[in-house]
Amino acid sequence: MRLLFGLLLSFIVAGLIGLGSTWYALTQNLSFGGLSLGPWKAYPRRGTVGIDPYARAAIARNGELPVGVGDGISFTAETDDQGRPLDGRCDVVVHGITPPARFFTLTIYTPSGMLVPNSLDRHGFTSQELIREQSGDFEVTVSPRARPGNWLPTGGIDSYVLKLRFYDTSLGIATRAGREAPMPTVRETGNCR
Amino acid sequence: MIRWLLWIAGGLVLGGIVHLATILVLPRTATRDAYARLAPLAPLNGFALVPAPTPETSTVPFMDPAFATAVCRYDLAKGPVKLTVPVSQAYTSVTFYTRYDVAYYAINDRAAGRRSIELDLMTTKQREDLPEDEEVTRADRLIVESPTAAGLIVARAFAPEPSLLPTATATLQAAQCKPQ
Repeated sequence: MRLLFGLLLSFIVAGLIGLGSTWYALTQNLSFGGLSLGPWKAYPRRGTVGIDPYARAAIARNGELPVGVGDGISFTAETDDQGRPLDGRCDVVVHGITPPARFFTLTIYTPSGMLVPNSLDRHGFTSQELIREQSGDFEVTVSPRARPGNWLPTGGIDSYVLKLRFYDTSLGIATRAGREAPMPTVRETGNCR
Repeated sequence: MIRWLLWIAGGLVLGGIVHLATILVLPRTATRDAYARLAPLAPLNGFALVPAPTPETSTVPFMDPAFATAVCRYDLAKGPVKLTVPVSQAYTSVTFYTRYDVAYYAINDRAAGRRSIELDLMTTKQREDLPEDEEVTRADRLIVESPTAAGLIVARAFAPEPSLLPTATATLQAAQCKPQ
């Protein structure tokens, strides 16, 4: 009888710990070999056969197709420079220069990876579309209200993510430091609806 | 008391095994992974256009709206597949995924260096079976080895402006992947 209760306890602990940690790893998007440049995070290994088991499981679960490393690299920002989650009701300014690449795109998504509905039907900018300053810097305002210049509408949603993808670039697994890869800053202006 | 602690410790060890096992098995049991989402669209050994993402629908999450996308579902069981993707004006890339969504190879128009991206896709076994001399005469052809017999080829053409998306889409319509 005691043995039975012991086994039962073991199995319950095993189930809770095992499945709980798996669920936690997948929902928290746990992955290794990441490259963090300010709020921008990339996982270049996801685009190779060297992808780690956690990333494989996460991709299998959400249905994403990782960007192959010979194609480009994808950076995600879920927060601003201060680490505050991106809020679609506030003005957020993405400003600066980007690492060398033939093309890049900046796109806004809901956290689950859908495009954000808005009346303009604008979901992102390509490097060709951006209006730049004289110095070559660009500034994109991500905001629920219309803004002059490069305006990326949020439609007023609670939270969103920004993806900055570089195509045909030398950025990749070997990239280590921010010096090689100057990324634009993501700044919340405090101007909220 | 000690006995119960031992049972809990045993449970923790077993929990670690359960954790690793579920992580490793999950990619093979997922029913809504990218392959499952794209396979119904694509004919076997032929390209089909993937509908452009909209706020309501997106075939796979985080699709880049600046790209036209076409997908080919390949199966090398009956022999190698020949791939031809015409290059669009701006930027074109081809990425190869295994049956379990691992991106094992990607090439872009500049690396291919021609008017179209052309290559042969085969399994390691099929490559070994290639006659030696044939391989020499085909030296200018790119050969890619697929780790799995089935998988996906995703061709993507870039539209620098939204108005150029129809052109990019039209380019991909001529893409082919067919048995040799």
